[in-house]
Amino acid sequence: MCSAFPKSMLLAGALLAMAVHAQARDLRICADPNNLPFSNQAGEGFENKIVALLAKELKAEVHYTWWAQRRGFIRNTLKAGLCDVVPGMPANLEMLRTTAPYYRSTYVFVTRAGEPQPTSLNDDLLRRATVGVQMIGDDGSNTPPAHALAERNIVENVRGYSVYGDYRETSPPARIIEAVANHEIDIAIAWGPLAGYFGRRQSTPLLLRPVTPQFDGPKLPMVFDISMGVRREDTALRAELDDALEQRRPEIEAILAEFGVPRVAKNSTHAGALP
Amino acid sequence: MPAKNYASTRYSELSEINADNVKNLQVAFTFSTGVNRGQEAAPLVSGSTMYVLSPYPNVLFALDLSKPGAPPKWKYEPNPQPAAQGVACCDVVNRGPVLANGKIYFNTLDGNTIALDAENGKEIWKTKVGNINVGETITMAPLVVKDKVLVGNSGGEFGVRGWLQALDAYTGKPVWKAYSTGPDKDVLIGPDFKPFYEIDRGEDLGTKTWPPEAWKQGGGAAWGWISYDPDSNLIYYGTGNPGPWNSDQRPGDNKWTSGIFARDADTGQARWAYQWSPHDIFDWDGINEQILLDMEWQGQTRKVLVRPERNGYLYILDRTTGEVLSATAYSEVNAVSGIDLKTGRPQYVDSKKPQLNKVVRDICPNASGAKDWNPSAYSHKTGFLYIPHANLCMDLQHSEVNYIAGTPYVGAEARFKAGPGGNRGVVDAWDVQQARSVWSIKEKYPVWSGALATAGDVVFYGTMEGWFKAVHAVTGQVLWQFKTSSGIIGQPTTYRGPDGHQYVAILSGVGGWAGAIVSGDLDPRDATAALGFVNAMADLKDETTKGGTLYVFRLP
Repeated sequence: MCSAFPKSMLLAGALLAMAVHAQARDLRICADPNNLPFSNQAGEGFENKIVALLAKELKAEVHYTWWAQRRGFIRNTLKAGLCDVVPGMPANLEMLRTTAPYYRSTYVFVTRAGEPQPTSLNDDLLRRATVGVQMIGDDGSNTPPAHALAERNIVENVRGYSVYGDYRETSPPARIIEAVANHEIDIAIAWGPLAGYFGRRQSTPLLLRPVTPQFDGPKLPMVFDISMGVRREDTALRAELDDALEQRRPEIEAILAEFGVPRVAKNSTHAGALP
Repeated sequence: MPAKNYASTRYSELSEINADNVKNLQVAFTFSTGVNRGQEAAPLVSGSTMYVLSPYPNVLFALDLSKPGAPPKWKYEPNPQPAAQGVACCDVVNRGPVLANGKIYFNTLDGNTIALDAENGKEIWKTKVGNINVGETITMAPLVVKDKVLVGNSGGEFGVRGWLQALDAYTGKPVWKAYSTGPDKDVLIGPDFKPFYEIDRGEDLGTKTWPPEAWKQGGGAAWGWISYDPDSNLIYYGTGNPGPWNSDQRPGDNKWTSGIFARDADTGQARWAYQWSPHDIFDWDGINEQILLDMEWQGQTRKVLVRPERNGYLYILDRTTGEVLSATAYSEVNAVSGIDLKTGRPQYVDSKKPQLNKVVRDICPNASGAKDWNPSAYSHKTGFLYIPHANLCMDLQHSEVNYIAGTPYVGAEARFKAGPGGNRGVVDAWDVQQARSVWSIKEKYPVWSGALATAGDVVFYGTMEGWFKAVHAVTGQVLWQFKTSSGIIGQPTTYRGPDGHQYVAILSGVGGWAGAIVSGDLDPRDATAALGFVNAMADLKDETTKGGTLYVFRLP
């Protein structure tokens, strides 16, 4: 007994150490605490759910740093070392290293069911109807649909909805979708995941249709590949995330489907009707 | 007040320190603000107390000048909401407090105006005027006119609607608020409004010069300087750029953005308005300082307002009517070919207008303009305006993929670069009467500090490398310089201390839009970071580091 005691203690100690080691790995994420369908502090966004999957795959524990996604978000969070991963970044974003894309979505036309739906950016309906676009706010920067309308001299009937909104409200970017349901505007041209999620939550039935052409000239894509972002130097972490994203692909697809994220096939030359 | 007087001359009658002896200046004392971000505030003195305001978190220190080393008497910490940092466009700066009525007034980044007892730092009132939840911050120095504190918002980048408001100086209660866009009743345009130019007359031009409702997110933030003429009881201040729409999505003049208002100080009612850059396409906020002078103009004494503007022109306006008397380029300009004095309109050069799907090269000046917020000084002795400014141009294209709040988009990619000559900064002595530069000092980096002129024929300013310089007001000869611990973007001030001697004070600590590469730890490889400024400042990190230190100088 005298000899066995230290032995078992040693073993217990070793197990404890292993357990600590296994749990010691943190997957440190920076995300917006109030930006559904992407993320919120309650973990209800699809990015929260995908991150949880990746953490399971990497046997890591998720730790969030919550930070409103404003200008300087990457600089103040990821680059300041508060976290190691930011989900939901456009692939090949210059300031980051990004993983292989885990989905490709598109800007969509959002209309009320039973009312005219534009067939493309060249549809004259866009000149007659009241059209809402998301506003970025960064000087000289706008969403591709906003640029595309301006290029066509569609101006007087266009209304702007800030992607920031009033941050005291829940999910401020949702206002543009609500505006269609409320008859404030006839058509919203909004980023797919936002439209997919909030489109289903209005009392008025809404329809989504991918914006075409998919590329309105070489510089105005309506579709974007979305990846996870890490710091440029974190190549090992990116490789792990790539593997994890690959391993969990079916589950990720299921989450995106559950949230109504409009997805576009990687090789499609034009986006078809959405499921 | 930071601008020294209501005319905003930044000219001091003190002359103990003069062109002959300034070479002997020594450090009297230093003090760390404890915040290593861009220090744009002016140190102010009243009696034997100096007041120093830090960038966010906006800590106000009172230093006791009657004791050796000027130890703190008290400090006041407003504890602004940390989220305000994410809303500030260009570093978390503050341009300083103002003293009046035995109180010290200042703004916080998260949108509060605060009045403290100047003696003991006790809070007298605190009024929330800005809402960071919609992107409003406050960075400007307020101005107190009689019993009112005047405050304006920042945040044109978030599509906020610009305003200036007056608070009761004793209670903090709002008295009037004048928007920069929208219907006349919001802009406080009434029967007294008599703009000089035809194009500025008419009903509700703040809505009619925009597509429907675009004025609601129209910008025109009032984040710069206010001057005041007690004789006419008019205040003068500029408005920021229109936003956040593409310029082609907001056809029209976009009134009253990138312009200037003259308003009655008591009621806020507009007397006249004028746009420096109607339908601005370059982000040229019209918020720079205005220096009020009475000068001879073609044989007559005119009450004028002098404005070195972002677009590279130095304007002389009749401040009673808003008429442009002259507008002369004081910096490299190729985006505007001239100002039509009949109509007051700038003539934009077509080949320099931003275009989608096309790189437009060598637009001069760049988006921050020939001169940004940092104020000039005017000496009545020399008749020269000392203009600290930049010499920058830019290439513009729309191509960079970016994202915000989950939304991918295509950003404007701007790259700032040195203008002709290769120097990025200049200090000009501008003969206001002759409308020409008398002497010019080239600086490696944009000059982002204010200037101070004194009766001792000395002009003070700082450089982004950290040199604090004294130059001869008449010749521009550098008489003295001292290397501070960090780059300088502050406002020099001078005062007579309790010992009867003259002192000169400056905050050192690089940052601001131009210095964000250092204060914000930006990557020099990100050429388009800080909205394009990093491209022009990639080497600043090799020259200086962050700081936040007050330097005070005196003669031995």
